[in-house]
Amino acid sequence: MEELNALFHGFSVALTPFNLMLMIIGITLGVIIGVLPGLGGANGVAILLPLTFTMPPTSAIIMLSCIYWGALFGGAITSVLFNIPGEPWSVATTFDGYPMAQQGRAGEALTAAFTSSFVGALVAVIMFTFIAPLVANFALQFGPPEFFSVYLLTFCSFVGTGKGNPFKIIAAMLLGFAMAAVGIDIVTGQLRLMFGFTELLSGFHFLVAVIGLFGIGEILLSMEEGLSFSGHTAKINPKIVLETWKQLPRYWATSIRSCIIGCWMGIIPGGATPASFMSYGVARKMSRNGDKFGTGQLEGVVAPETAAHAAGTSALLPMITLGIPGSPTAAVLLGGLLIWGLQPGPLLFVEQKDFVWGLIASMYLGNIAGLIVVLTAVPLFAAILRVPFPIIAPVIVVICAIGAFTVKNNMLDVWMMVVFGVVGYVFKKLDYPLAPLVLALVLGDAAESSFRQSMLMSQGDLTVFFSNWLVGSLTGLALFALFWPLISAAIARLRGS
Amino acid sequence: MAHDHESAQTGARTALVDLVVAVLIFALGALVVYDSYRLGASWASDGPEAGYFPFYIGLLMCICCAVVFGQSLARLKSDRRVFVSTGQLKQVLVILLPSTAYVLGVQLIGIYVPSAFFIGLFMKFAGKYSWLRSVAVGVAVSVVSFLLFEIWFKIPLPKGPVERLLGY
Repeated sequence: MEELNALFHGFSVALTPFNLMLMIIGITLGVIIGVLPGLGGANGVAILLPLTFTMPPTSAIIMLSCIYWGALFGGAITSVLFNIPGEPWSVATTFDGYPMAQQGRAGEALTAAFTSSFVGALVAVIMFTFIAPLVANFALQFGPPEFFSVYLLTFCSFVGTGKGNPFKIIAAMLLGFAMAAVGIDIVTGQLRLMFGFTELLSGFHFLVAVIGLFGIGEILLSMEEGLSFSGHTAKINPKIVLETWKQLPRYWATSIRSCIIGCWMGIIPGGATPASFMSYGVARKMSRNGDKFGTGQLEGVVAPETAAHAAGTSALLPMITLGIPGSPTAAVLLGGLLIWGLQPGPLLFVEQKDFVWGLIASMYLGNIAGLIVVLTAVPLFAAILRVPFPIIAPVIVVICAIGAFTVKNNMLDVWMMVVFGVVGYVFKKLDYPLAPLVLALVLGDAAESSFRQSMLMSQGDLTVFFSNWLVGSLTGLALFALFWPLISAAIARLRGS
Repeated sequence: MAHDHESAQTGARTALVDLVVAVLIFALGALVVYDSYRLGASWASDGPEAGYFPFYIGLLMCICCAVVFGQSLARLKSDRRVFVSTGQLKQVLVILLPSTAYVLGVQLIGIYVPSAFFIGLFMKFAGKYSWLRSVAVGVAVSVVSFLLFEIWFKIPLPKGPVERLLGY
């Protein structure tokens, strides 16, 4: 009951005309970001972050999280109408969404996508409301070894849930850690990895890395593909919406399964993308029409969209309660919190009640606002996609440059952005994942200091990470995830023989 | 598509690029190890030294890249995939080179003038738009961002002689 009271208090914080306006602006910007190539959720939030420095933190996070919801919604539009996933997590939506558009059922597919996104997010927010305070309360007892083992679990999960070459995943992650170590060491005050370049004193800023890796890198990739948008038109009118809504309850089982997959995958840092694929796969296996998946089944749109949104929402849970983001976008939001002087972690629930519950309330409101905005404005957003790429590409480069400059008012960052762009392009083509790199860059210092503190506590004895049942099981789980590629290969070989 | 296939034959091979990138990351890892060792990567009287954590990070980086290097070497002969074809590389450079020139421009004369030039010229030459449209879009984006950043949000962006002429 305490949560409900707190939540109502949160609504009173979030429900001011100014905040509502920010929500609508955030959602609209988010959808545009989700629709345009080169401007994803993480990158979009990174660019807009400096604009919010002058706002009160609660309003700022409301706007930024609404951009995030908007980007989640926006990915579906391009997937269905253009067969181009605007975001990685909407790749699975193209499987059945695009065939539906080809059959002239784009309106139906989009309504289903938006509605199931909304349902997925709503379930995740409800879970968030009741579980987050418990997790935070529990985490108050954490010491440095526990925190380090949670970090370890976060990073090892990338290896366990990732599809690619595990060595490349680890290499990308370590590169992030190495970049995080550049600059002044906060404990000893020594200069690390600077090789005499005083510009590196404050290290690499992760926002610049995000803008370069995701923004410029994506533009380079899109140019290479020689993008020519040719899409289907969507008509959404109340009649189509109502008719689709009538069909949707039939897929309740798929919906529930997808919500569970999404919430789970969002909390452990697998993120929205694997959640959407997994959910699509499970739905195809469990459905009576499984063999028809891929030809334009409504269920094939419901499953990935529900899971992606549930995962996207629950990725904020570890970010707020433990200070450990579950996705690159959550990592950028975490960076924002730090800049506003809020230390994410269990104490946030004790010290910044207004902020936390305002944010949670805005998750409810933002998703309702999002559903309304996207259902009414699809033609508008589809029109943005028809703006030819030769106009969009340089404009996005300009926006990225502005975004990179405003991080620290430093021209060097704009150059770094270009370098990161090329790195992002090459890494993407070679299957070096970018998400672990960014997360390591954000969490590097925190992970290092919890490791050092643990080592100090134990006088250099690594068994401190197995010293009680809690830290022991977290570390064990992390090692299990780390060696999962080996374990699963061994299982496959045993079965084969 | 036939054309794509032809040009796909001539280009850097994926396995080769994989090797090069593995070597580069290995070198970075070695650099990290070297600097961490210089700082001290063991225990001092007051606990772990500054290079303690990065030392192992660098070491693991080197190990991972050695493995990736070995993997790519093993499939160097069999894997004929092309990393980027000549045609694709041209497309990439069409945006990458002007972007780099643009950043140089920003460094020299502030952000607003190069932005207008960059967008306008890119539209004209890469997109084959008319001069009128290209200039209009370029100038419009520049003016809107000026209003947005300098006037409404009061966030100073790099400025040069032209802005000074206008009194900013």
